[in-house]
Amino acid sequence: MIEAEDIHYSYPNKVEALKGVSITIKDGEFVAIMGQNGAGKSTFIKHFNGLLKPTQGRVKVDGVDTTKTSVASLARNVGFVFQNPDHQLFSETVEEEISFALKNFCFDKKIIEDRVTWALELLSINQYRKTSPFLLSGGERKRVALASVLAWDPQTLILDEPTIGQDHEQKEKLRQFIMQMKAQKKTIVIVTHDVEFVAECNPRVILMKDGKIIADGIGTAILTDPVMLELSSIVLPQIAEVFTKLGALGLPKNIIDIYEAKALLLKVRERLNK
Amino acid sequence: MSVFDGLKFRKVTSPVHNLDPRMKFIYVIVIFVSAILFSSIIPLMVLFVMQLPFVFVAKVQKQWVRSLRGAAFLALFIFIINIVTSYFGNNFTLLASNIEAAIALTLRFVVLIESFSVFFLTTSPDHLGLALEQSRVPYEFAFAFTTAVRFVPVLAEEAQTIMDAQKARGLELEKGNLLKRIRNYIPVLIPLIVSAIRRSLELAEAMESRAWGASKKRTNLFSLKLHKGDYALLALSIGVLVGAIYISFFVSIPTITSLF
Ligand SMILES: Nc1ncnc2c1ncn2[C@@H]1O[C@H](COP(=O)(O)OP(=O)(O)OP(=O)(O)O)[C@@H](O)[C@H]1O
Ligand SMILES: [Mg+2]
Repeated sequence: MIEAEDIHYSYPNKVEALKGVSITIKDGEFVAIMGQNGAGKSTFIKHFNGLLKPTQGRVKVDGVDTTKTSVASLARNVGFVFQNPDHQLFSETVEEEISFALKNFCFDKKIIEDRVTWALELLSINQYRKTSPFLLSGGERKRVALASVLAWDPQTLILDEPTIGQDHEQKEKLRQFIMQMKAQKKTIVIVTHDVEFVAECNPRVILMKDGKIIADGIGTAILTDPVMLELSSIVLPQIAEVFTKLGALGLPKNIIDIYEAKALLLKVRERLNK
Repeated sequence: MSVFDGLKFRKVTSPVHNLDPRMKFIYVIVIFVSAILFSSIIPLMVLFVMQLPFVFVAKVQKQWVRSLRGAAFLALFIFIINIVTSYFGNNFTLLASNIEAAIALTLRFVVLIESFSVFFLTTSPDHLGLALEQSRVPYEFAFAFTTAVRFVPVLAEEAQTIMDAQKARGLELEKGNLLKRIRNYIPVLIPLIVSAIRRSLELAEAMESRAWGASKKRTNLFSLKLHKGDYALLALSIGVLVGAIYISFFVSIPTITSLF
């Protein structure tokens, strides 16, 4: 459970990146934070594991005020994967990279081995086990970074732009993995510009602009609201676009799910055939 | 990382910013040489104070103070080393003059940092590159130098991000004894170096694909010309240098302890 109460944050150079945001994310919730470049998304989520402390207001993680504890102890329950994998890879082999955090958290040797194998397989990078992470492609490095956090199985997972540079198959795998985590009642927060990815997952969506939250609600409501999306420089998901254009036919506009769309269109065809 | 803040140029204009970088550099070198010539407090104090007008005219007090604060740790280190060595060198006694010498050496370090900080705070990398080129430094070197200067703050910022990323994976930098603490920085240093190398390779590729170095003869949109202020600064530099050499060889400077 993450609770943020009216938090403000200014960087040392006086840029006010957050101007009063409040949010409650319950256990087991899946949240996507979207918004234009520089909206303050990365700044916001760095408050969830104590990397940044609010200059005003309060953030509580599982009831603990983040100013009263260390990042390392919060990290045990809140896994955070950074935007750029090159900011964390340093080991000689992928395997060692993944076990780094597990060692920091003092897991048993046996458990470390199991968790590493599990994470390697989950992200299909098992064949690179003994390879240097620096020799991998961009998308693969991203997956190593992801695996290195998933490995300790945190209760909350925060992903900054997880789909960047991933091909369709990997995105689909990521989506399935997120759904699996959701089924296990884990909390997931992603920051992304990938509107199709969000439409497919249909999570709770939060739109940010200029350091404030401008919309918060279910995906079907927010991703089909042209005004809000325009404000945050997001285009409608393609399905929503089609249904907006088809509005004259008397079809509902708030459709982002492909199966729902298909069912509706089949119904239209039946009606036309009669 | 605050030491680097003292090297970060911000675009403002002031009489000091507009001075020719070559003249400013000569001035910095003169201060540097003078600081090396003296090892007693009084002249070093004078050198320290002499640069304050530049700081205030250029309105870079804040960043300047920050860079001095960043250097405070090293200054303290120099002071302690001096005290300790003179204590052991003097059969375990510490004279007032020893303390004064230690203070003087620390002050010398501060003066050096101060002058370089003023130089970098008031000189844009572009200006610096131009100055190098017009001093007949080959363009490739001038470019490499200005790029390096430009990337210092970027690197400092990146180091912060990397520290965050590793802390999020449970790294505790302040844990353990001294050796352990140094080892804790490996997960920060390696990504920093790797990404710096990666970036420089990418930069080189990007530049070459935009035809860098295609024409052998380059011309510049702006060229540096010396103005009245620059000549004044040159005169001041020569004056200071001559004065410093004269005083250090022919005038006996009283130490503070000898005044009592
Ligand atoms: N380290 C920093 N120092 C100073 N200002 C910063 C720093 N990091 C971000 N900012 C500023 O804070 C604001 C919010 O930045 P943030 O990185 O949170 O945006 P974002 O929503 O994640 O954008 P993006 O989609 O590009 O990742 C921006 O105006 C940015 O310039
Ligand atoms: Mg971001």
